[in-house]
Amino acid sequence: MKFLSKFYIGLIFFLLYIPIIVLIVFSFNESGSLAEFSGASLVWYEELFNDEEALSSLLNSLILAVSSSVIATIIGTFGALGLYRMKSKYVKGAVNTVTNIPMMNPDIVTGVSMMLLFVAVAGFLKSQSFFGFGTMLIAHVTFNLPYVLLSVMPRFRGLDKSLSEAAQDLGCTPARAFFKVELPEIVPGIVSGLMLGFTMSLDDFVISHFVSSPDFQTLPLYVYNQTAHNVKFSMYALSSLIVVAILIILLVVNFAGSVGRRKVSEKRG
Amino acid sequence: MRKNSLFQKIAAAPHIVWAILFIVAPMIFVLYFAFTDAEGNFSFSNISSLSQYGNVFILSIAFALIATVICLLIGYPLAYFMSKQSERAQKILMVLVMLPMWCNLLIRTYALMALLDNGGLLNSLLEKLGFDKIPIVGTNFGVILGMIYDFLPYMVLPIFTAMTKLDKRYIEASQDLGCTGFQTMTRVIMPLTVSGVVSGITMVFVPSISTFYISQKLGAGKIDLVGDTIERLFQNPSTYNVGASISLVMMVLIIISVGIMNRFTDDDRASDGDKGQKKGGFMP
Repeated sequence: MKFLSKFYIGLIFFLLYIPIIVLIVFSFNESGSLAEFSGASLVWYEELFNDEEALSSLLNSLILAVSSSVIATIIGTFGALGLYRMKSKYVKGAVNTVTNIPMMNPDIVTGVSMMLLFVAVAGFLKSQSFFGFGTMLIAHVTFNLPYVLLSVMPRFRGLDKSLSEAAQDLGCTPARAFFKVELPEIVPGIVSGLMLGFTMSLDDFVISHFVSSPDFQTLPLYVYNQTAHNVKFSMYALSSLIVVAILIILLVVNFAGSVGRRKVSEKRG
Repeated sequence: MRKNSLFQKIAAAPHIVWAILFIVAPMIFVLYFAFTDAEGNFSFSNISSLSQYGNVFILSIAFALIATVICLLIGYPLAYFMSKQSERAQKILMVLVMLPMWCNLLIRTYALMALLDNGGLLNSLLEKLGFDKIPIVGTNFGVILGMIYDFLPYMVLPIFTAMTKLDKRYIEASQDLGCTGFQTMTRVIMPLTVSGVVSGITMVFVPSISTFYISQKLGAGKIDLVGDTIERLFQNPSTYNVGASISLVMMVLIIISVGIMNRFTDDDRASDGDKGQKKGGFMP
């Protein structure tokens, strides 16, 4: 049984990783064939790095991911604070449900709905369509919000109310009490909301596809356009680089994180 | 407790305004476009013309269901066996499950297509060994395979998390009380991991039923799913209205199926929390 379970795990992970490994190996293939490996070369990587569109879309992706996750984190954190303090259960429930809509809906419906909003507003203002960075930013902040709320809300629920009251009794204004007493407690939730939003934004293709314009292209949109019609080997090179980058990040976060935690728990005894 | 200050009262205001402007309003526009014609007059013509898309809906639902069931059949034992490994091995396996999840869907699909394509590695190897080529790209099988390949990790991760949270004493207790291995599985482990299964099913079914990239690449443009139809209709302003009505129907369909799924978990907060694992399962 023990052997069988190991074999099963090995088999499934083998199947899961074959396409990725083939992709990486053939990204070094000189001939640009997917069937036969004729010789190792870096031509596709060279082509990729000489492609200004690829580099500018990487930069665009990073700008969009940073700005949308920061904005969503600020709005969502104050939103969570307000909701936590709110007395009316109905308003609270309603806001929570509405915020979660982009998380529950398939991406294509979220994308289409935002596109219709922008089309309708442009029609109403009788202006040219204004798809571009602005619409992308709005869309990304919107789909990041539920993830921020999801990370921050439990932190608020875990707060000890009497601490903030004590601070206020000792002369803090409510705002000062929030920044001095409650904010430090919820910072881990804010950080994970920020990171979650950043990666969701970096990864998003479907929603961006509906609210973008050709002048502001993110990396996934660039990959989509490049792979729309034919096989491009520089895309294999790009994908390989992304896979390796993600592997390194995952290893660092998982293993460096655990070393850090172990140290902390050792210290605490 | 002190009275809520003005600060606390307005703290949620930007969030609420944002949600109304960019979540509620877009939904209203989907409704509006679904029930008007191109001139903006109220009409049921989009909804009544949906019958011509009946086959597309049936095909999409069938594909998504098949992919979800196969993911569950592969993923549940995998998650179970993974939870039996040493702690260190579990950690490595977790990273291996998450790596594909973190790679963009386009990359995963493109990688699979490169392997299975008619001019790809698999078919050229088959040819060299003297077998016939197997056409996979451009067939129903290819599209379903793409869904399974792309979304299997989303099934494994929530089930695995539920397995690791499971109190081992329950399993020992059931064994002490005379359960066979099979009975422990069906009477103890399975009921206690339902929440993971439910969020796994949701996380595979919803993207499968709405995908268009997988059917474009692995269907070679020959297979039309709901996602492809919506994507195509939204390329031309004159068909926005029909597109909106199809999106509306799909949304209602998904709300109903997710609602039914959530009936199976008594604690719906648990499955809510699992949703966050979509990407953040590893977050420290």
